[in-house]
Amino acid sequence: MTAIPDIRVVPRWRRSRAVLSVLGQLPLTGKIGLAILVFWLLVLITISVLPLPDPLAMAGRRLQPPSIEFWLGTDALGRDVFSRTLWGAVYTIPIAFAVVLSAVAIGSFMGAIAGYSGRWADSVIMRAADVTLSFPPILLAMTVAATLGPGLSNAAVAMVIVWWPIYARLMRAQVLEVRTREHVEAAIAGGAGRMRVLRVHILPLCWTPTLINATMDFGQVALLAASLSFIGLGASPPTPEWGSMISEGATRFYSWWIAMGPGLAILSIVLATSFLGDGLRDIFDRRSRT
Amino acid sequence: MLRYVIKRMITIPFLLLGVASVAFVLSQMTKGDPLAALLPERMMSNPEVVAAVKAEWGLDQPLPVRYGIYIGNLLQGDMGTSFTTRRPVAQDIAERLPATLELVIAAMIVGSSVGIGIGLLSARFKNSALDIGTRGFALLGSSVPIFWSGLIFLYIFTVRLDWAPGTGRLDARSTPPPDITGMYTIDALLSGQMTTFIEALSHLLLPALILGWTVTGIVARLVRSSLLDSLGQDYARTARAKGAPERVVLLNHALPNALIPVLTILGFTFAYLITGAVLTEAIFSWPGIGSYAVTASRSLDYPAIGGVTIVGATAFLLANLVTDIAYAWANPKIKVSQ
Amino acid sequence: MSDPLLAVDGLRIGFGPAKDGAEAVRGVGFTLEAGKVLGIVGESGSGKSLTMMALLQLLPGQARCSGSARFRGKELIGMRKSEIRHLRGKDIGCVFQDPLSAFNPVKTIGDQIVEAIRLHDRRISRRAAMKEAEELLAAVSIPQPDQRLRQYPHEFSGGMRQRAMIAMAIANKPALLIADEPTTALDVTVQAQILDLLRTLTRERGIGLVLITHDLGVVAGMADNIAVMYGGRFVEAGTADEIFYHTRHPYTRGLIEAMPKLDRPEERLVAIEGTPPSIWSRPPGCSFAPRCYFAQERCRQQEPELRDLEHTRSACLRAEELPPRETVAHAQDTGKDMTL
Repeated sequence: MTAIPDIRVVPRWRRSRAVLSVLGQLPLTGKIGLAILVFWLLVLITISVLPLPDPLAMAGRRLQPPSIEFWLGTDALGRDVFSRTLWGAVYTIPIAFAVVLSAVAIGSFMGAIAGYSGRWADSVIMRAADVTLSFPPILLAMTVAATLGPGLSNAAVAMVIVWWPIYARLMRAQVLEVRTREHVEAAIAGGAGRMRVLRVHILPLCWTPTLINATMDFGQVALLAASLSFIGLGASPPTPEWGSMISEGATRFYSWWIAMGPGLAILSIVLATSFLGDGLRDIFDRRSRT
Repeated sequence: MLRYVIKRMITIPFLLLGVASVAFVLSQMTKGDPLAALLPERMMSNPEVVAAVKAEWGLDQPLPVRYGIYIGNLLQGDMGTSFTTRRPVAQDIAERLPATLELVIAAMIVGSSVGIGIGLLSARFKNSALDIGTRGFALLGSSVPIFWSGLIFLYIFTVRLDWAPGTGRLDARSTPPPDITGMYTIDALLSGQMTTFIEALSHLLLPALILGWTVTGIVARLVRSSLLDSLGQDYARTARAKGAPERVVLLNHALPNALIPVLTILGFTFAYLITGAVLTEAIFSWPGIGSYAVTASRSLDYPAIGGVTIVGATAFLLANLVTDIAYAWANPKIKVSQ
Repeated sequence: MSDPLLAVDGLRIGFGPAKDGAEAVRGVGFTLEAGKVLGIVGESGSGKSLTMMALLQLLPGQARCSGSARFRGKELIGMRKSEIRHLRGKDIGCVFQDPLSAFNPVKTIGDQIVEAIRLHDRRISRRAAMKEAEELLAAVSIPQPDQRLRQYPHEFSGGMRQRAMIAMAIANKPALLIADEPTTALDVTVQAQILDLLRTLTRERGIGLVLITHDLGVVAGMADNIAVMYGGRFVEAGTADEIFYHTRHPYTRGLIEAMPKLDRPEERLVAIEGTPPSIWSRPPGCSFAPRCYFAQERCRQQEPELRDLEHTRSACLRAEELPPRETVAHAQDTGKDMTL
């Protein structure tokens, strides 16, 4: 009897050359989104060597409108808003990345278990997801953050709690669908162990929707993180975090420039991820159709 | 479908129990001492108050009993006492809820009507400059941080142009209309106070526009894609073959079909609106439960924030149920077959 | 009075870029006199539906259309949108293949018929139009028309839906009715009833009918004239009798063989093997050659034009040489080589 071959189906996007080809196929908006994200990534990497005034120290007179010296003006303590805006990337981007990564890891793990094992594990996990999704996201995050106390790391934990069920549902649906495909049944018939079937034959085919969603959620997480900081539950002054900078701007009504930089920064990230996510979805949709 | 709606109705109490349980667990996690979640520090020194609170919430009892008491209190509408206002949370919320409802309903009307309008224009003039422009406007609404756009709009329309009144629900010295529904615009109309109505409406307009803008994009996008889908359907061709001009095909044939999927996302947009309302209220000093929750969370007023969260989750679940029912009602195929 | 009801000449429909795009309809022409029935027969993809949709400018947006189609002497191709709109549903009615998807699912049948009436005459009140719609449903033999008016399309059976569709199509007393595969989506028993209804209505009301179908049997008892379409062209045309008894084209033969015959049930049905050519990769020469039992080398090089024969007009290079139909059927059964 011939052994049933071990069909390792690895989606094309996991190979580095394929990644480049996918990015090349992005529509114009998707490329713009990608460019914005790359810009912020470069800022993040080079921020400490950029010739910028100290974001925490007084750089000039207080509450100056934008000028050649201070591109985005100065805030109530005479700090350079432009410098503070760029420094804000140091907080928001790693936090959003960590939150999305944790939510994807926890959610996908839960979803895979639920979808693959079924029975009581499925019920327990999915009911927990249902309950979590019954909360309006910001209220749940506020409650959790209020329980744990203010601070960026607590806000991050709160956001992971808000976001994991979305990935659990996505992964569960994918696993349920892939599980019935022929190559999986062939592998089971070939005597592969349950965990091996899940790891080798099912999961590699399940990541596309998660990847697209995670791309789009990155911006939403950054937005919620800033919202929590704005409320006072995330970063606290004098941290140059975008949400708390806008919160400082809110009390200095006539000095509109204090909030301008951080506001545009958040907007650019939300727009960029939604452009990129849309572009990726178009590409994968087209592929799955052909 | 009817069976589905009933099924959803049955699950709601269970979900609410889950919500309450999460709130309970979180309240138990605050700083180790459960008393800290119920009493502000300055009242801890008063032994009588401490004893009363301990008895009411069963703090000397084991955890499962405490859980039972917590749920029981909730069922009676008791969510504890706010640290900051020192009044029962339920009472605070009841007073502030109408302001939030007024804002959210107005925003929903603005957001969905503008969204449908933009979707129609986009679908009719597909890929034109108008299409791209309106879609960009809609996308901006759902991407912009509302606590920032609120500030910018206030600066432009109130400070610079003086078109809109300042923050709050009425001018500082005005008296609110008689309390009927708690929504100032409706109460003013019901009691015939036209000047108060106009004042309340002008105060409502800017926050409602900004909040509505956040859902415009979601609605417009869905309306556009489902209109384009409908316009390619056989029944649209039939309408054209009957001699209907494209405008009639769009409005009379494509739109009614395209609005059915839009109904399904209204519940989902409600979550956006609640999130946006919390932040909008904070910016516009709108005395609803959102600004209440923000104040509460800043001072770690656990009973208050927990209360708002439970109310918010209930509203969210109800909104989803209403969506399901509306969907069943709007779709003749479903309406008749059950 | 000299103008025929419908005169189509040199109609071409293409997709894609004008230079190297594909042509789906390549020079089709026919005339239809008032009150007559023309059957256009062909497999799916032959271009028969596109031809008729082109007359009403109902082609998908990216299609290119040229040639001439005169309705009562007025040119339809390139007619202004505002003008053709008044012909649609008023002078030219349409019946589509799948009545379930062709009706708007969220509107009642009554509303949709009333709309068809009122689109062309605003002076008729809704109530009067509703009354008219009821009479129309009665005219197409739908029982309890007053109640049926208030129902939604999915509450109708397939046959009743198609009757309602016909009622809607004749609501404004059109001179021309285009029926695009009106019975394909229906059960066999219902098919006969719908055809019967179409025949009666058009005859009683003097409506010219273009009946598009892939099934020669559908047009057998109905059509005055028949055109057989293949690969975007008419390959044979003639009166119904001529087509059935004196066909000179191998494709028409194939279609006739594929019809069940009630008088000789023991005879085997012969399907035409292969599939019609895609419009993107049409072979040179006769389009039918790759599937033709009689094809020779020259058939694959030279595309035959439609030409007058003794009975029909046929586009086959070997039309005159081919043996009569009966012999061929026998030969195919016995597997004898008929290449001459």
